[in-house]
Amino acid sequence: MAMLEFIPQLGRRALQTVPGLGVASRFLLSSLLSVFNRHFSFQQLFRQIYGFGVRSLILMVVAAFFTGMVLGFQGYYALVRFGATSALGTLIALSLLRELGPVLTALLFAGRAGSALTAEISSMKATEQLSAMEMMAVNPLAWVVAPRLWAGIISVPILCAIFDLVGIFGGYLISVPVLGVDGGTFWAQMQSNVTFSGDILTGLFKALCFGVVVTWIAAWKGYTARPTAEGVGNATTLSVVTASLTVLGLDFILTALLFS
Amino acid sequence: MAAEALVELENVRFARGSHPVLAGVDMHIPRGAIVALMGASGGGKTTMLNLMAGTLRPQSGQIRIAGQDLQKLSEDAMYGLRRQMGMLFQHSALFTDLSAFENVAFPLRRHFRLPENLLRKLVMMKLEAVGLRGAAGLFPAELSGGMGRRIALARAVVMDPMLIFYDEPFTGLDPISVGIIASLIKRLNTALGATSVLVSHDVEETFSIADYGFILAGGKIIAEGSPADLRASDSALARQFLGGQPDGPVPFHYPARQDYAAALRDSHAAGEVL
Repeated sequence: MAMLEFIPQLGRRALQTVPGLGVASRFLLSSLLSVFNRHFSFQQLFRQIYGFGVRSLILMVVAAFFTGMVLGFQGYYALVRFGATSALGTLIALSLLRELGPVLTALLFAGRAGSALTAEISSMKATEQLSAMEMMAVNPLAWVVAPRLWAGIISVPILCAIFDLVGIFGGYLISVPVLGVDGGTFWAQMQSNVTFSGDILTGLFKALCFGVVVTWIAAWKGYTARPTAEGVGNATTLSVVTASLTVLGLDFILTALLFS
Repeated sequence: MAAEALVELENVRFARGSHPVLAGVDMHIPRGAIVALMGASGGGKTTMLNLMAGTLRPQSGQIRIAGQDLQKLSEDAMYGLRRQMGMLFQHSALFTDLSAFENVAFPLRRHFRLPENLLRKLVMMKLEAVGLRGAAGLFPAELSGGMGRRIALARAVVMDPMLIFYDEPFTGLDPISVGIIASLIKRLNTALGATSVLVSHDVEETFSIADYGFILAGGKIIAEGSPADLRASDSALARQFLGGQPDGPVPFHYPARQDYAAALRDSHAAGEVL
């Protein structure tokens, strides 16, 4: 009996979710295309890139440094059993470039910038600032949402590249001076086993996808938040949770696709 | 109401889900007038403003502004028409990250490429008109409620609109600020040659400046006319509203499923209050 209840309930949920996804996709598309709207401002875009990208730098650099150092220790622990510590550089670089770099950058970005983006847009909505803009014949998608979306999409791959770089340096600091792996071997192995298109570009492509998803979710949750104090709080929490889980799920799908 | 109508509503119906908000409203707002839209809270007054501003669309009926049918306008044309409208929001809706000056300058900066000195003059003129030229550099968080509302008013009229909407302009203000806002609405309407639509439930203040009023109840217009006509209205609903009587055609009690005695008996039996 419970099963019989469950099936129509699932159907109803799906029927509710699918149109919602459609509306959210239209929101994304029309926001991105607002770059051609006369109210789109490149000055706003640069300001947002500064806010999202530059101001997330310290967080990214610190997180990357520690991640790289941990990878050094952990990789050494596993490889030393097989006498394969010469592969440590390759292991650190591949782990960072293909997986940890894009995923951790996106997760940190969702917490640092995505939450702020949702809170900002939803409180603008709650205080009628978006309606006021519309009444002044300024499209809020073009003036508020589009610069933030594009800033996220541009910032995440760049932050990811910086994350990779700093992470590899952190790994080097542990592997070579601390654990005594030969420096020449560390870099040479890495250089011969990491490919530009297969590893570096794959990782950056992932970061680009995550950038779209995280900022899209953050902007959409803000734009559709209930215009109350509680609504703003809920939207912000939901934005980070949804974006983080979506990044992890999407990472699996992308890895599976790119792997084959 | 023989004057040419700037805003015309014909049999406008609007519902939120299954709850009807407007059940066939007809309204003509003459050019140049200050028109008040009154009625109890939740009676659909703000919805009507949003319908006239084109931010909501009615389920049926026609809304024309300056002869243009809003339902037939493209999004671009609607934005074009809105450049000739201004709205004062209930909570001012100032941009919190911009100074008072930049808030007022915002529509001008977005729509025109004006030299900075000309833009300054235009903004200062409006700030002077609302008496807050001296507060140009302050941020919304540093302004009192009344000052914020005046800055928002300067922003609403900075493009010299033909039609200005006021959503509850007196709510939450001290008596001095209420008087200032009322006289500003009157003065700006005359100075700009505009038409004003005022949503309010502050009867006395609204009647002191309005040329014509509509009373909205149950999604319909139950009375209309000049303030004097409305006061003399024989509609029981209009008299209850204007006289501020707690009970009458609009009941004091929100409808409940059970009568009071039965509800008390049941809750006693269940050992709870609700």
